[in-house]
Formats: sequence, C-alpha cells, structure tokens
Amino acid sequence: MTTILTRRRLLAGAGLAGAGLALPGWSRVAFAAAPTDKRFVVVILRGALDGLSALPPVGDPAYAGLRGDLAIPAGEALPLDAMFGLHPAMPGFKAAFDRGQLAAFHAVAIPVRERSHFEAQAILETGLGQGGGRDGWLNRALAALGERDAGRTVAFSPSLPLILRGDAPATSFTPSDLPSGSEDFMARMAALYAGDAALGPALAKGLEVQAMAADASHAGAERGGDMAQGPAQRQNNLAPIAAQAGAMMARPDGPRIAVLEAYGWDTHVGQGAADGQLARRLANLDAAMSALAEALGPAWGQTVVALITEFGRTARPNGNRGTDHGTGAAAFLLGGAVKGGRVLADWPGLKDAQLFENRDLAPTTDLRSVLKTALSGHLGIDPARLERDVFPGSAAAPALDGVIRA
Amino acid sequence: MIKGGTQVMQATPELALHRFGLGARPGERARLGDPAGWLAGQIARQRDPDGYDALPRAADIIRAAPDRGELRGDAMARRDFAAEIRDGARKAVAVRMRAAFVSDTPFHERLVWFWSNHFSINAGSKLRVAPFAFDYERSAIRPHVTGRFADMLLASARHPAMLLFLDNATSAGPNSRAGRRREQGLNENYAREVMELHTLGAGSGYTQADIVELAKILTGWTVRPKEYLDGDDAFVFAPNRHEPGAKTVLGRTYDEGEQAGIDALTALARHPATAKRLARKLAAHFTADTPDDGLAARLEGVWRDTDGDLGAVAKALVAHQAAWAPALAKARDPIQFVTAAVRAVAGERASGLDDAAQLRLLGALRLLGQVPFMAPTPQGWPDDTAAWFGPDQVVERVEWALALAGRVPVQADPAAMAADLLGSLLSAETHTAIARAPSPQEGLAMLIASPEFMRR
Repeated sequence: MTTILTRRRLLAGAGLAGAGLALPGWSRVAFAAAPTDKRFVVVILRGALDGLSALPPVGDPAYAGLRGDLAIPAGEALPLDAMFGLHPAMPGFKAAFDRGQLAAFHAVAIPVRERSHFEAQAILETGLGQGGGRDGWLNRALAALGERDAGRTVAFSPSLPLILRGDAPATSFTPSDLPSGSEDFMARMAALYAGDAALGPALAKGLEVQAMAADASHAGAERGGDMAQGPAQRQNNLAPIAAQAGAMMARPDGPRIAVLEAYGWDTHVGQGAADGQLARRLANLDAAMSALAEALGPAWGQTVVALITEFGRTARPNGNRGTDHGTGAAAFLLGGAVKGGRVLADWPGLKDAQLFENRDLAPTTDLRSVLKTALSGHLGIDPARLERDVFPGSAAAPALDGVIRA
Repeated sequence: MIKGGTQVMQATPELALHRFGLGARPGERARLGDPAGWLAGQIARQRDPDGYDALPRAADIIRAAPDRGELRGDAMARRDFAAEIRDGARKAVAVRMRAAFVSDTPFHERLVWFWSNHFSINAGSKLRVAPFAFDYERSAIRPHVTGRFADMLLASARHPAMLLFLDNATSAGPNSRAGRRREQGLNENYAREVMELHTLGAGSGYTQADIVELAKILTGWTVRPKEYLDGDDAFVFAPNRHEPGAKTVLGRTYDEGEQAGIDALTALARHPATAKRLARKLAAHFTADTPDDGLAARLEGVWRDTDGDLGAVAKALVAHQAAWAPALAKARDPIQFVTAAVRAVAGERASGLDDAAQLRLLGALRLLGQVPFMAPTPQGWPDDTAAWFGPDQVVERVEWALALAGRVPVQADPAAMAADLLGSLLSAETHTAIARAPSPQEGLAMLIASPEFMRR
C-alpha cells in the first residue's frame, strides 16, 4: 500500500532538472560529501523526566525516606556504582553501561532556574541563558560544522522542533501512508514552488528524505514494529521511529544527525516506582534505544546519543503520588563512541538543607557541559566556535575530557 | 500604518473568505458584495452548528460514566470504557469538522478555533479528559468568543476538561481538611499555565510565589462527583479541599473561599499585560507572524477600553486597514487547509459527506499533524509559518492534495476554478501552471497545493 519514491526514480527525477524543470536539491543526495561521518542523535524527553527514578541514587541514605512510595528499592535498581543505579525497566541502558557505552550524568540543569515546561524547553533547545531565542543550538552546531545538506539532519517529528530551527538546513520526517505523486507531478510542483522561499526548499528537502526513508522503512518495520501507527501512537511508542532513524543513518548517504522526541514524562499523578506509569515509559525508551543501536549496526561505533530533558522533578512526592516540576535532572550520553561505564555527578545530597529551595535536587552541572562534550569530543566542533556561536556565554560550563572515545 | 507603499489595502471578498474565513466555496466569492460587512455580521453569538445538540454535555458525561468501583479490578470493563471514549471522541471531531465544512459563519468559527487553541486542552493526555473535550469548546469557549474575555477564562477554569487536564481537580490545600488527612496535596500546574499561557505571559513579572498562592486560592475548584450532581453544573467548589486563610497574588490579598478564585482570575483577565499579549496574538493569528504594530496597538487599545470585549476587538480587527494587506503572509494550518480544500471541491455538497469520507479526512488530519482537541502541549498548536511548512509536511500536503483530487469528480476546469476561488490572490504563474496540467485531477491537486491556497 505504501509507495514511496524509490532511489532509482529519484535519480531519474534528478535528470528532469536537465530537461528544464527546476528540482532544487534533488541531485545533491547522490553526490554530497558529509562534513562528518560521525552520528549524533539528540533525544528530547519532553515533559521533564524524573531523574531520581531513572537514575536513582539508591546509595544516598536520605533517598528512600525522601521519596517514600516513589523510591526505587535498592534491591531492584540495576546497580551502576556505590551510589547510583538504573531504573529496573532499563536493561538495555544497563547493558550499554556494562559495555562502557553509557555515561550517565546527574544533578544536571539548564542554565536558568525555570519550572515552566515551555520556557525550560525553549532554553533547552535554544541553548541560551534566557528564553526568547529563535534558533536552536543544534542548528548553530550544524552551521559550525559547515553542514549545507538538509538531508543530513533529520528530526523524526511532524515538524521541525526549535532545537533544529535556524539558518542551517535540516528537515523533519514522519512516515506517510499516502501514495507519492509521479516524478512528473512532483517536478511540476517544484516548478510551481520555485519562486517561493518557504515552500520551494521545503518540498525539495522533503523529497530527498522521503527517498532515503524508502529503503529504511522495511528495516524499521522489522526491528521496531508497525510504521503505520498514527502520530498519537508514535508519540507513545518511540521504538519504530528509532529503528527507522537508525536504518537511515546507517546508510553511507543517510543522515548523520537526528532528533527524536519522546513524550509522557510529566508524571504529576500516579508516577509509580519500579512498576507503573513511569516504568512503562522508561521501558519504551529502553526498547527504542536498543532498536536504534541494532539498526545502526556497525555505525553504532561512531554514534553518540544525548538524552536530555528540560528539568528534573520535585525531590518529594506531591499529594497525587506524583512529582511536580523540579530542577536537577539526569542526562545520558549513549553509544559506541562514548567512553562510559561511569556516572558523572557532583552529588549535592538529598537532605532537606541540601535541596534546592528545599524542594528539588540541587543542580551542580550545567547541561551545556554535557552537550559541549558531545559536540567537541565527538563531532569535532572547535571549542572556540562552540563558545562563540553554539552556546554563547557558557565559558563557565566547559566540555568534559575523556567521555568520548578518541 | 500601511505597509507596502502604494499598495491599496482593500477589503476584498477573497481576503474575507480566505484570511478571515475557512476558504471560498465555488461561486461564493462572486456573490459576496460587502466583505467587511459580511465579517462584521458574524461578530455575534451564533446558534450552535447542526449536530452539536446531540453530543453530551459535561454533566451528562459524568452521569453516564461507570462508577470507579465498577471499573476497579475489571480490566474488561475498563477496556470497553476506553474504547467507548475513543469512539465518542472520533464522532465529536467529525461533527466539529463537518460544521466547518458547511459553515455560513466561517469567521465566527475561526474565532472559536483561535480561542479554543488559546485555552488548549489535550484529549489525548488523560483518558478522563477526552470525553469532555468537545463540550469544553462548545460550552466554555464558543459562547464567549464575541463576549468578555474574563467570562471565557472563568468558564474554561471551571470546566471539567480544564480542571482535569491541568490537575486543578485533584489539588488540595496543605492545611485543608483533605490536605491534613494527606489524601491529596497542592498542585500548581493550572495556576502556572493560567498566568503563563492564558493571561499575563512569561516574563511579565509574576513569581513562583504568585503561582503557589494562586494555586492555593483555586484549591477546591473541582469536578462535581456523580453522586452530588443534581442539575447541569459539572463544577463544584469543595470547601474541604480549600486552603484556609488569606493569600496574596501580584500584591493583592484575597480572602479564603470560592469568590477569591473568581476575583483573582478576573484580575488576571483584566491585567494590562494580558491585553497587550493577547491583542498581539490575535493580530498575528489573522494577519502575519509579526503583525503590524499599529494593528496590534489598536486591538490592545480596544481591549483595554472595553474591558476585554472580544466582539469589539474582532470588529476592530476587520475594520483595520493593515488586516487587509494583499500579501498572504500566514500558513494555513492543517485543519484550516483540509477545511478549505473540502469547501473548495465539495462546496454545498460537503453536508452530504459519508462516514467513510469523514474517516479519511480525520486520517488526513492525523497525517498532516493536527487533530482537533489534541494539541501536544497546553500551549496549543503553533501559529507560525515555520511550524507548518516543514519539508515533510509540505510533501505530505502535496501528496494529500493529489489523493483528494483523485477522489472527486472534477467537473469544472481547474484553472477557471482557481480563478473563481482565489480571485485577485491567484498569481499568473499558478494560473498558467494549473492550466497546463496534464489532467484535470492534477490541475486540481496543483490548485489545492498551490502557494496561494496553502496560505491565507
């Protein structure tokens, strides 16, 4: 039922450019040389993941008492070191940790103390010290890399998230079950949009990515499940889209940088502990990352995945057996290019007096340090450019050495 | 302020139909004599669209819900109940879309959509929210879109959909009777969003302390339990959950009790920051992502002078020259796009769409990334061009236009149809491209996917 432009048809389409039909960008797919062969994936966990459950500090003597019903029992957490464990629903993360492919960070926060999802996500995505930015840090990183091909950077979302908005080219992608138009029809549409600064480039980029996805969709269906799921299901089940992302990125001419979005972390009510609502979300995330790694195959060795969220959640449970918007959060760098097997945290403690505003895990690490670690250590962006263009004003939050494999 | 130098800003039928309405139906543009008057005539309370009366109201929904005890421990009953809710939600979306396809007051409908999105709820967020989504828009938003903003804010605050979506329904004061028994605690979610999203806006000067105090003022505002329902009122103020004592928000002190919540929300509605922010948001929605400053200032002035009379603000919008700039600066979002396409191809016959067609159109909305009542965050759907013209979205719109054109019998010449629907908005290039299409179907698809039709 699904017909998508095949690669052959796409290249035939590119030939139409010579016949006088404008097809901006089509021919680039075959010939573009990527500025980087490294793979970098950002997973935005929207809604604020509870770091005290995902990466529980079971060795902190105050943890169990503070968290009450929501505490992950020390015996059930997957042990990482003397202080920290992983949520029991994350066996894939644990296996990666044991292989040295997971670096976990705790008590991490964006540079502004902000408890609104929307404001905090804006800061998380613009990478700026305050709200109001119009472009995303990952887009500025693309500019620093000299990336000029939209097909190399894909957000697996219905629209381009703020993190990828900006001057550098990037595209969004979601699987479609509509039949594609003939190349003749698409060429006519491209000509119709030729003078349109928004629609012209958008159509060209969209067709490039669609062509690349055609092969990968079979791999995605096999590894991750049903690609024909609706957007609501896609939001709740990240595994198929992660598998497709991996399959596309595994290709020599595929995307190098991807953004995935995972929802459902805003656990105000009935969060659960080792089992329950949050456990189910984490299990899905765990499965999605395993599907991504499997689909990437050998390219996993050249991959870093950054899993980030806008803020942590309150240290104590609220009145609804859930947690409210907090501050210090967990973050992860995952992948074959990570020199991991470690939890990196300047642990502030969980006694009442140690909490931020007597309610949240205190932030001790600027999230930009984690992101700069990946951008400089992995993608090789010059630290001075990072400082100047990507995360201006972040000198106090340096990249960390020794977290990325040389 | 008139942008565009010598260009004349004229209230044309095509702009009235496309920018302020839901798209032109065949022949409609030529019949519309007085576009400004046609719009102004829609700025009044309208009768609910056909089919709305048959859908349950909030109190009916509570009454019909199975007891919690019945569902607990009965996975089968829970599954049936969830399926019933999903089915009901689908039907409600179909009724809402059909109303748009056939509306004779499309500007009024657009105002409903704008304010409904401003006070956004997400039917997909919690199973308990979903059954109330349709009634929320009908009962809390629609009656007030040409009335007072404060009334809409209060109706939204007291409707089960919002009470449940942003958790005020389960919030209890720490020193209330329920709070002391530790049954439930304070939940700040609604108080935060009402300041940040519904009224003042982030960065307007309120603090975390103001949020906590407002949350305490609103403790006790909850959904009326089934056993206490006697009439149509689905809201109840529960004193046993209400935080005792006085509270202070933005420097003003409020006594305990239900009236304090009404007063505090009314104060937020009447705040100058609310007028400034929402006047600009409305101008941006109808005209351009960065609206004309003179237009935004005019709407803000009217808002303040009339104490938030949304009908007066809407009248000022369509009376302002800058609202009639000929350039099409806004992207149609997917719901507007699909609606305009259906009105264009089906015209008056849209009332006869069968269930299968309705279902396909719902699928199209899902694919294009916008299903009514399902905005992913309390912020509502984005309203800027960049959010809706991503590469993937544009490809999908083109593919959908082609699929739609393949399903309808093309009776008219698509180039003539384009001229009829778009009038002076149609460029010579688009007209020529449609005329040169190899088949009527492809010509129609090019019309639907044209730069002019994708915008308004």
